Amino acid sequence: MNTDIKTAVRPVIVMTILFAILLGLVYPVAMTGIGQMIFPAQANGSLVRDASGRVIGSTVVGQAFVAERYFQTRPSAAGKGYDGLSSSGSNLGPTSRALAERVTQDVATRRGEGVTGAVPADLVTASGSGLDPDLSPAAALAQAPRVARVRGVPVDRVRALVTTQIKTSLLGDAHVNVLALNRALDAAAR
Amino acid sequence: MTLQGWFLILAFVGILLALAKPVGLWLFALYEGRRTPLHVVLGPVERGFYRLSGIDPAEEQGWRRYAVHMLLFNAALMLFTYAVLRLQAVLPGNPQGLAAPSEHLSFNTAISFTANTNWQSYGGESTMSNLSQMVGLTIHNFLSAATGIGLAFALFRGFARREAKSVGNFWADVTRITLYLLLPLCIALTLFYVASGVPQALAGVVDVQTLEGARQSILLGPVASQEAIKMLGTNGGGFFNANSAHPFENPTALTNLIQMLSIFVIGVGLTWTFGKAVGNTRQGWAILAAMMILFLAGTTVTYWAEAAGNPVLHQLGVAGGNMEGKEVRFGIAASALFSVVTTAASCGAVNAMHDSFTALGGMIPLFNMQLGEVVIGGVGAGIYGFLLFAILAVFVAGLMVGRTPEYVGKKIEAREVKLAVLAIAVLPLMILGLTALSSVLQQGLAGPLNKGPHGFSEILYAFTSAVANNGSAFAGLTANTPYYDGLLGVAMWVGRFFIIVPMLAIAGSLAAKKYTPETAGSFPTTGGLWVGLLVGIILILGGLTFLPSLALGPIADHLAMIRGQLF
Repeated sequence: MNTDIKTAVRPVIVMTILFAILLGLVYPVAMTGIGQMIFPAQANGSLVRDASGRVIGSTVVGQAFVAERYFQTRPSAAGKGYDGLSSSGSNLGPTSRALAERVTQDVATRRGEGVTGAVPADLVTASGSGLDPDLSPAAALAQAPRVARVRGVPVDRVRALVTTQIKTSLLGDAHVNVLALNRALDAAAR
Repeated sequence: MTLQGWFLILAFVGILLALAKPVGLWLFALYEGRRTPLHVVLGPVERGFYRLSGIDPAEEQGWRRYAVHMLLFNAALMLFTYAVLRLQAVLPGNPQGLAAPSEHLSFNTAISFTANTNWQSYGGESTMSNLSQMVGLTIHNFLSAATGIGLAFALFRGFARREAKSVGNFWADVTRITLYLLLPLCIALTLFYVASGVPQALAGVVDVQTLEGARQSILLGPVASQEAIKMLGTNGGGFFNANSAHPFENPTALTNLIQMLSIFVIGVGLTWTFGKAVGNTRQGWAILAAMMILFLAGTTVTYWAEAAGNPVLHQLGVAGGNMEGKEVRFGIAASALFSVVTTAASCGAVNAMHDSFTALGGMIPLFNMQLGEVVIGGVGAGIYGFLLFAILAVFVAGLMVGRTPEYVGKKIEAREVKLAVLAIAVLPLMILGLTALSSVLQQGLAGPLNKGPHGFSEILYAFTSAVANNGSAFAGLTANTPYYDGLLGVAMWVGRFFIIVPMLAIAGSLAAKKYTPETAGSFPTTGGLWVGLLVGIILILGGLTFLPSLALGPIADHLAMIRGQLF
C-alpha cells in the first residue's frame, strides 16, 4: 500500500497540471480561435442586426413577444420571462395546482382573442429553457386572426405568411421561428 | 405517438448498431495499447506527458495499485476544481464579474464533476465564470470519462488474462483514451456544433434591444467545446442552467440527434470491445441485446406517456401531448427519447425538464437510474456495472443447475459474487436511506417545489441521480443548500468509488484465475436464454428493490393525475 501511494505522488501532481493546461486551456481556447475564424457569425451567437446595425436578437435564442400586433412567444420561466441570464423551465409537475392555474389563465386569454377548439399545447406551456425561439405551426396559426385584426390586414395574408415560415425536420417537430416570423410581418407591412 | 417519432427512435437505434463495431475496434486498439493513425500527431504529446510525470506506460499495475493511483488522481482533480471555484472572483476569465460559489456549492460541484455526475446545484450562466467552466469543469468531463473507460479496460483484462497479477497501467489507459479518443472526437464535434449555432467565444454578455424594444442580455462563452465532451463523456453538466434545452447548447433537431448519439456511442462500442477482449464478439452482442431490450421498453413507455399528455390540462381545453418543459423544435418524440437516453447512460444532460413530465413519463428516467445505469450506462461505468450483474446472473444460473458458474472462461466463485453484491448493494442503501432521511428532516422537506407525491419524487430523483452518478434532476428541488449540497456530494462520491473499488478487486481476482474452457455443461452466455436471464436479473435485483419508493412517488402521482387531483 505504501509503495502504491509513493509511486503515485509525482504522476498525480504532474498529470493534473498537464491535463489542466491541455484540456482546460489549450483545447477550449484553440477551438475558440478556430470557431471564430471559420464560423464567426455562429460562434458569436448568430446575432441579428437591423438596418442601422443595432443588435435586435439572435436567430437561435428566443426573445419575448407580448404585444398583440406580434405573434406572441410561449410562456417562459426564465427569470421574469426570456431572461438570457437565467434559463429555466417551470419545473411544475403534472399534478401541480400552480400549473393548472397558470394554464387556466392563459387559456382564458386565448379564448378572449377568439381561439376556439382545443388550444395548441405549446401556446400555454412553458418551455424547458424559457428561451424557446419557436412556436408550433398550430400555435402560430391560432394567433393569426388577432394579429390580422390589430394590424388591419386580411387574415389569409397573415396565415400565408406563417405558412412560408414553417420549418420541418424528420428528427424533430415542425416549428416557426417567432423572431423571423415577426420580422417578416413587419417587412410585409412596409 | 407519430410515425415520424418512431422513425427517429428506430433511426437512432440503427445508427448505434452500425457504429458498435467500428467504435469497438478503435477502443480495442486503445485497450491493447496499439498504434493508431493519430499517433503520428499526438504520439509526442503522449510521450511528453509520460516523461514529465515519470511514468513507464509498459509497467503493469496490480488491481490495488491501479485503484490507489486512480483514487489519488481523482482526489487531486477534485481539490484542484474546489480551489478554482473558490478563487473564481480573483482569477481571470470572468467577464461577468461573478463572485466565488459558496463552500458547500463548491464542494458539491467539485465532487459532482469528479464522479462523472455533473449534478448542477448551480445555475451555469449565473454562477460560473468562463475560466471555471473551462479549467474547473471541462477537464473533469474528459478525465472522469477517461477514468471510467480505463476502469472498464481493467475489468476486461481481468476476464481476458490468465494467471496474471496485473490489470494494466492506469496512466497509460487514461492518457491514451483522452488523447486518441475523446480529444479528436471533441474537436470534430465542437466544429459541428459551432457551425450549427452553438457559440464559442470568450466574450461575455451581449446587450440586445428586442423587436418590441425591450432589453435582453444574451450570454456567450466557450459553449461548443464544453458541449462536445459533456455528451461524449456522459457527463451532462451544461454551460447554461437549462442544459441541452437551451437553444445555445442544442439549437436544432440535428444537433439533438448528434447529442443523443454522442451519449451512447462509446458505451455501445465498449460492449463490442469486451467481446473482442474475451475472444468472442458474440459475448458483446449478447450484452448489447439485453441493454437494447431494456432501452426500447423504457423509450416506449415514456414516449407513450408524454404523447398521451396530461389529463388535467386536457380538462382545461389544451390539445395533445405534454409540452410543459419541452422545446418546440424537438417536440415530444425527441424529448422523450433524449430523457431515456440520458438516464439509461449516466449522462444527465436534459433537453426537456423531467420534473414537468407526466408521472409515468418521468418514472422511466428515475427507474433507469435505479437499475444502476447499466443500460448502455456511463462511459466505462455502464459496462463494468453491467458485468457485475452478469456475474450475479451466472451465479443464479449456476444455483439452478448446481454447477460452479463460469463466465467467458473464468470460474465465478464466492469472492467475486460477494464483491459484486457489495457493489450493487450500495445503490439501494444510499438512495433509499438518504431519501427516507430527507423525507422526515426539516432541511430535507424544505427542498421540493411541488407538493404531494410529486414532491417526494423530487427528493427520490435527486438521491437516485446522485448515487447513480447521473446528474439530471427533477429540478424543482432547491438543492443549493448546505444540507442537500453536502448529502448529495457524499452520495455522489460513495456512488462512484464504492462501486469501483470492489469492481477492481473482482478484476484482480479474475485475472489471477486459470482459463476454464467451455464444455457441454457450461451455461451458454451468448444466446437468447442468456439475454433473457440478464434482463430478468437486472429488473428483479435492480428494479424490485425500488418498487415501493416508486409507488409512493410517480405511481401515486399518476393515480392523482388521472383523477384530476391537484396539490
